[in-house]
Amino acid sequence: MTEPNPAATGEPAPDAPVEEPLPAPSPPTAERDAAATPETGRRTRKKRRPRLPGEPQRTSSRDDPSIPIRTGGLTKQYGDLVAVDHLDLEVHSGEIFGLLGQNGAGKTTTILMLLGLTEPTSGKARVVGLDPARRPLDVKRRVGYMPDSVGFYGDLTGRQNLRYTARLNRIPDREAEATISEVLEQVGLTSRADDPTDTYSRGMLQRLGIADALVKDPDVMILDEPTTAIDPLGVVEILELLRGLVRSRGMAILLSSHLLNQVQSTCDRIGIFAAGRLIGQGTLSELATRFGDDTAHIEVAFDVPDDEAAERTTALIRDLPSVSEVTPGLLPTDPWLIAVRPPVAETGVRRGILALSVANDLHLISIRPLAPSLEEIYTRAVARTAPAHGAVA
Amino acid sequence: MTAEPRAPDAPARTRSVPRAGWAVVANKEFADHLLSIRFFVLLAILGLAVGIPFFLASEQIRSLASQTSGADNTLFLALFLLGPQDVSIFQLDVTIQSFVSLAAPLLGLAFAFDAVNGERAQGTLPRLLSQPIYRDDVINGKFAAGLAIIAMVLAIVVALVAAFGMFRLGIVPSPEEVLRILVWMVVTIVYVGVWLAFGLLLSVVMRRAATSALVGFGIWFVVAAFGRFLVGLVLAFLVPVSNALTEENLAAIQTRTFFLRLLPNTLYDEASRVLLNPTATYSSTPPTIGGNIQVSQQSFTVLSADQSFLIVWPQIVVLVGLMVACFALAYVRFMRQEVRA
Repeated sequence: MTEPNPAATGEPAPDAPVEEPLPAPSPPTAERDAAATPETGRRTRKKRRPRLPGEPQRTSSRDDPSIPIRTGGLTKQYGDLVAVDHLDLEVHSGEIFGLLGQNGAGKTTTILMLLGLTEPTSGKARVVGLDPARRPLDVKRRVGYMPDSVGFYGDLTGRQNLRYTARLNRIPDREAEATISEVLEQVGLTSRADDPTDTYSRGMLQRLGIADALVKDPDVMILDEPTTAIDPLGVVEILELLRGLVRSRGMAILLSSHLLNQVQSTCDRIGIFAAGRLIGQGTLSELATRFGDDTAHIEVAFDVPDDEAAERTTALIRDLPSVSEVTPGLLPTDPWLIAVRPPVAETGVRRGILALSVANDLHLISIRPLAPSLEEIYTRAVARTAPAHGAVA
Repeated sequence: MTAEPRAPDAPARTRSVPRAGWAVVANKEFADHLLSIRFFVLLAILGLAVGIPFFLASEQIRSLASQTSGADNTLFLALFLLGPQDVSIFQLDVTIQSFVSLAAPLLGLAFAFDAVNGERAQGTLPRLLSQPIYRDDVINGKFAAGLAIIAMVLAIVVALVAAFGMFRLGIVPSPEEVLRILVWMVVTIVYVGVWLAFGLLLSVVMRRAATSALVGFGIWFVVAAFGRFLVGLVLAFLVPVSNALTEENLAAIQTRTFFLRLLPNTLYDEASRVLLNPTATYSSTPPTIGGNIQVSQQSFTVLSADQSFLIVWPQIVVLVGLMVACFALAYVRFMRQEVRA
C-alpha cells in the first residue's frame, strides 16, 4: 500500500541503529538525502564502487551480512486470497536464487514486498539488513529491480531512459554517463543505445531492463522473469552476465522464472513456489533428495551381439545390490535405464557395473549417472503439495 | 502539495542533479512536454484563442486610444477584455479573456490525462517506483511539471499579446496594469491547475489513457458549453423565478449564482473580469434588468489594484481550494493503488 515516509513522520525506525548498514555518521534517511549535495553523493558512491570479491559486504548488522535477503513468515493477503503464505526465504550473497512457480503463484507479490512496494500483511522481511516496509528508500537504493514485462519511455532512447534512472538514484551526471555506457556494453546494446526504445524488440527491452537495474550499482538484483522474451542465444549471454556479476562482485541475485531449464542451469539454489507457499528450497540435489521418489538413475549402454546376451547382461546387473529395476532401451543399441534405491548407493552400483563388465567381458559403451531434472522435481513437488492446499490453477 | 509553489523554478535546475525525487520527475516530465507534439498543438490553440479576439478588437482599441489620448490607465487591460460587440460564440464574448477561459482547461487536461495510466500502460511505473524515491514524488513531480509548462505557455502568449499591443497599437501598460496582468496570469495558472489536477485524478482512476482523455474532454465540453445553461435549467425547475415577489426572485438568483460559482470557469471569469477591469466593482454582473441599470448608472470609479484583488479574493481562494481538492483526491488514490494494476 502506501510507503511510510520517514521524512514525514520524522522518526527513524526504532531498530534503525542496529540495522544501520553504513558507517556514515548521519543515518541515511530522507532528510540526509535531501541535504546531501552531489559531492557527498559522489563520495559515498566512490567509496562503494571498487568492491572486490573477497571484500566483505557493507551490511554490518546483527543480521548475517552474507544473507542480503531474508524473510520470516512473510504473508500477503488480498481479501480472502492468500497470495503469499508464511514465506521463509534466504538468499545469500554470491549466489543466484531462482524462484520457481507458475503464474499467480505469488512470485511477483513476494518481490514487491521485498522492495517495499507492497506492505506485507504479516511477517517480516529484511533486505540488505533493512526492513523494506519501513525504509523503502534505503532498500531501493541498493537493490536493482527488473519488473516482469519491463517497459521504457518509448520516445526516449535507451541511453536517455537509463539516464533518468541514474538521476532518480542521484548519481552525478558525469559518473552516470560512464556507468551507462558500461552497462549498455555489458548487455550488448551499445549499437542500439541511441535509438528510441519504441524500436526495440521485446528481448532488447529486457536486456535494457537488466542494464537499468545495474545502473545504480546494486548489492542485490531482483529480476522478475528476466529472460522470457530473449532468444536462446541471448539468454545464454544474459545468464553468463549474471553469473559474472555474482562471481566478480559478490552480488546476490533473486530471479523468478517459470522456465525450468534456465533456472536449473543458472541458479545455485532454487525455491519452489506453489499457491503462495514455498514448498521447498535448496540446491538441485537437495531438492532431488527431498522430492525425489528415493531413486537414482544410471544410464548405461552396452554393445550386445544378440538378445540372449542382452538378457544375460540385464540379469547380471539386476543381481547387483541396490538395483531396483533395469529398463532396456527399445532397440538393442539404446542405452538402458537403471534405477537405484536408495540413491546413495548409486556410486556403488556404477562401480559394480564396471567391475562386472570387466569380469564378464561385456562391451561397455557408456555409463553415466542421470542428474534429476528440475522438471521432474518440480512436477513431483507441486503434485505432492497440491492436494493439501488445493489445486493450483 | 509542497511541490506546487516551487513549480516554476523546476526547469531551471536541469544542469545539476536535483536533490529531491519530485524534482527529477518534474524535470523529465517538463522536458517531455516541451518536446511533445501536444505542446505545439496547445500553443497553437491558445495562440489562436488569443489571436482571433485580439485582431478583432484591435480596431476598437485604436479608436479608444485616440479618444482617451493616453490619460487612461485601463487602456492596456482593454486588450484582454474588449471584443467586437456583435459577435458571440456559445454565448461567449469574443475577448481574449473569455477565449482563454474557454481554451485553458484544454491545456490542463492535455498535460495530465495520461500522467499515471500512461506509465502503467508503458510498464514504466513499477520500474519508476523501484527507484529510491517516494511514491508521492511521482505524482508531485508530474503536477509540478504540468504547472510549469502551463505557466510557460501562458507567459509566451501574454508576452506576445503585450508585444503586439505595444508595437502594433502603440499602447504601453502602466505599472499597475502590469501588476494586474501578472495577478491575472497567476489566477489563470490556478484555473488551469484545477483542470490539471482533475486530469491527474482521471489518469489515476481510469485504467486507460484514452478513457480518461474522453471523460476529461467530455466534462470540459459540457462545463464550458452548457454549464451555465444546465445550471439555469435545473434551477429553473427547482426554484422557478416568477415576477410576482421580488424577495423570492432575489433568493432564486442568489441560489443560481451560488451554483454557478461551483463551476471553475464562473469563478475564473468573475475573478479575471474584475482583475482586468479597474472600473468593475462587482465580481458578477447582476442578472436582473434592475441590477444592470444600477451598474450602468453608478459613477465611474477606478479601483486601485489591491481593491480589485480584495473583491475577487474569495473567487481565488475557492479556485485554489478546488485545485487542492482535486489534487488531494488524485494523491490519495495514487498512494493507495497497488503497483500492479
